[in-house]
Formats: sequence, structure tokens, C-alpha cells
Amino acid sequence: MRYERPDSVKDAVALLAGAKENAYLLAGGSDLLVRMRGGYIEPELIVDIKSVKGLDEIVKNDKGFRIGASVPCVAMGEHKALSKAWPGVVEASNLIGSKQIQGRCTIAGNLCNASPAADSVPALVAAGAKAVIAGPSKKRRVAVEKVVTAPGRTSLEKGEMVEAILLDKPSPRSGDAYLRFIPRTEMDIAVVSAGVALTLDAKGLVKSARVALGAVAPTVVLVKKAASAIIGTKLEDDALEKMAEACAAACNPIDDKRGTIDFRKKVSGVLAKRAAKIAYERAGGK
Amino acid sequence: MSGIAVSTTINGDEVEYLCQPDETLLDVLRDRLEMTGSKEGCGTGDCGACSVMLDGRLVCSCLVLGAEAEGRKVETIEGMADGEELHPLQRKFIEHAALQCGVCTPGFLIAAKDLLERNPDPTEEEIRFGLAGNLCRCTGYDKIVRAVQDAAREMRG
Repeated sequence: MRYERPDSVKDAVALLAGAKENAYLLAGGSDLLVRMRGGYIEPELIVDIKSVKGLDEIVKNDKGFRIGASVPCVAMGEHKALSKAWPGVVEASNLIGSKQIQGRCTIAGNLCNASPAADSVPALVAAGAKAVIAGPSKKRRVAVEKVVTAPGRTSLEKGEMVEAILLDKPSPRSGDAYLRFIPRTEMDIAVVSAGVALTLDAKGLVKSARVALGAVAPTVVLVKKAASAIIGTKLEDDALEKMAEACAAACNPIDDKRGTIDFRKKVSGVLAKRAAKIAYERAGGK
Repeated sequence: MSGIAVSTTINGDEVEYLCQPDETLLDVLRDRLEMTGSKEGCGTGDCGACSVMLDGRLVCSCLVLGAEAEGRKVETIEGMADGEELHPLQRKFIEHAALQCGVCTPGFLIAAKDLLERNPDPTEEEIRFGLAGNLCRCTGYDKIVRAVQDAAREMRG
């Protein structure tokens, strides 16, 4: 195995593109090193991006936030402006693993690890986040929900890497929230999760919304019907009920020891309702 | 033997070592530098026994490659006491019998020190959540929580 520590995205991409096989990007390593140790992968090349300048920063500008691919999740919680603008995204990111894992894990890595139960992903999808993907010939920006294609698989091509996650500056009267169900109180993997982001009009009616579910399908699901169920409402009970039904209908879960199909379908709606209420309150709705 | 040459700072001392690309920082500490205070429990980032500080961040050293420590600052349990004088957390762990077999203790101490530096007056709940990444199979955690509370009180003065 070869270990490389490039200091630019260009060099990182060139290393990944030039590798014959089994090249892996190392950001936080909280998934990669576990998989190496478990013998699931045997990398020929590891490209550590933590020396790439700029990727370890959260940059705020007039358009929003750019979260570099090597920013540890704990740094997101420490960033006051980001926590204020996108509390749901920050909460979701800060639910990943323990404090020790928080010091290493990244949202770009959480995305690219492509687990259906990734905590930050439903929140990012709800928030309309975009991934900046650098490749050998070009850079592209894609919606986060387009990155993961199946458990453990992404749409990244050979030589491509996610260099940052972009979040827009929230519109006035916006809020987001993320909730997950786990059988313990911490340090667990979501059995079901829901992220909701919404914006209210001047009268307090939901003007636009995005609802995303995790751990209930091979990839995180953006449930447009759930969002339309609450648009134009103040989250009255019947609107929330419709949203919950749309969530259950959008689930395509597995039955496993952590949750049955019926349980996951039901809980998806419950969490989406609760997350929507939190997001609504954060948006200033009453 | 060939390997990657790494220079880093451990507990304030400049240290140089050679390591293999797939060797973890925990392996380097224990097997190459004979700093066996950091323990290996699970090796997969679940138990926290290998906790160290890396550039001021609490991490599991089993999930850090030895090569990644280049140019960075590592703090381990070996640097916690000031010579012969134990850190208040170390003293309180002994006073409260917050350990039995002791394998989890270095990790708990490192994590608790980080917790108290960020939050000098944590509630019991904050302590329990803050130390959720450290597993102990002997004590049932209660004595650990009491020791951290007592150390926090003393450190606040």
C-alpha cells in the first residue's frame, strides 16, 4: 500500500486518476480505516487530503457556506454562523459517532461512504446542499441526492472526488431539522431518519419545503409528495398526516434486526412530522 | 526497514519515526515508541481506549494512520501527569475507584480532560454524553462520572 499526501486538489485527483486499482481517498478515515482493518478492502493507494489547503475550512460568503471535504464534523458544531443558518444539518453531522469520531469524520466522507443510514445526508438533501466534485478534466456541482446511487456506490467517476459541500444562505423565515430513531440514546446507527427544511411566507404559511428520509431505502429519499402535503399550510394536523402518509409510501425499507419494514414506514412519518414542527418553529412560525 | 519517515510532536517532544503506510498511530505509539498507555480495545473506533488528542481534537488513534501525524501535535496519556504530580482527573479516578481492570482508563482520562476544557462545569448528562465514546465493562460508569464531577469541582477552584 502506498500513502500519498498531496497539497492540492489537482494533485489528489491526478493520483486517483492515475491509480490502476483500489485507490481510496482519506479524509477523516472513520469509515476507511475500519474497512481496511476488517479486511473488506485492501487499498493499493491512499490519498490523504488533509494537507490540501482550503479543504479544512468552512467558508462563509454572501451566497452561503462552503464546507471543505476534510473539515471534521465537530468543527461544524463550533461554527456559530453555520449552526445558526442550518441547525438541522449541524445537528445531523454532530450525531455521527462519538466525540472521538466527531474529531475525524467529515460530511463529504459521510456522503461518499454511501450508507443508506448516513446521518448527515438526509439533512443535507433537505437543505438542498450541493457537492463540488473535482475530476481530472473538469469540476462539477451536483445536488447531494445525485451522489449516492446504491448502498456503498456513488456516481463519482474514476479520478473524481468531492472537494466541498455547499449550502445556500437560507432565505428569510427558513428553518431545518433532523431527527433519527435509534434504540439507544447515542452512538448508534439510524433505524429511520428524517430531515426537513422549509421556508415560510409572510403570513406564516409554508412556502417551500424539502423532506428527506434516511435508512428506509437503498439511498436517502427526497419525498416530494411529503413536501407538497405541507406547502401552503401552517402544519395543521391533517397536513402533517398527509405528509406522514407520503413518507410511508416513499419508503422501500429492509426488514432486519434493527427494524421491521412496517416499523420503519410508520416511524418515517412520525419523525418527518416532528422534524417539520421543529423546522417550522425555527423558521419563526407559530 | 524502509517506511514513511514522520516527524511529529508528542506531548511537547519532537519525535521522529518510520512507519508502514497501513500502520495506525496507535500501533506506532505502542509498538514503535513504547508508549503503551494508549490501549487497543476494539481497533475500530467504538471503544475509545486509544483516545489521544491530535492538533487539539479528541480522536481514536486506531483510526489515524501513523503517517498522518506528520507535522502535527499529538497528546497522549503519558503527557497528562506533570512529572510525579498527577492531573486532578487522575487523582480523582483513584480516589473514587473509577477503574477496575484499567484498560479503558487512559482513554477516559484523555476524553474527560477534553470535555472539562470545553465545558468546565458539565451536568451529569453532559458528562455521560460527552464520554459516550468510551466504553467501560467493569465500573458501570457511575464511579467514572463521580470522579469527573469531583475533578471538575476541584479544577474550577
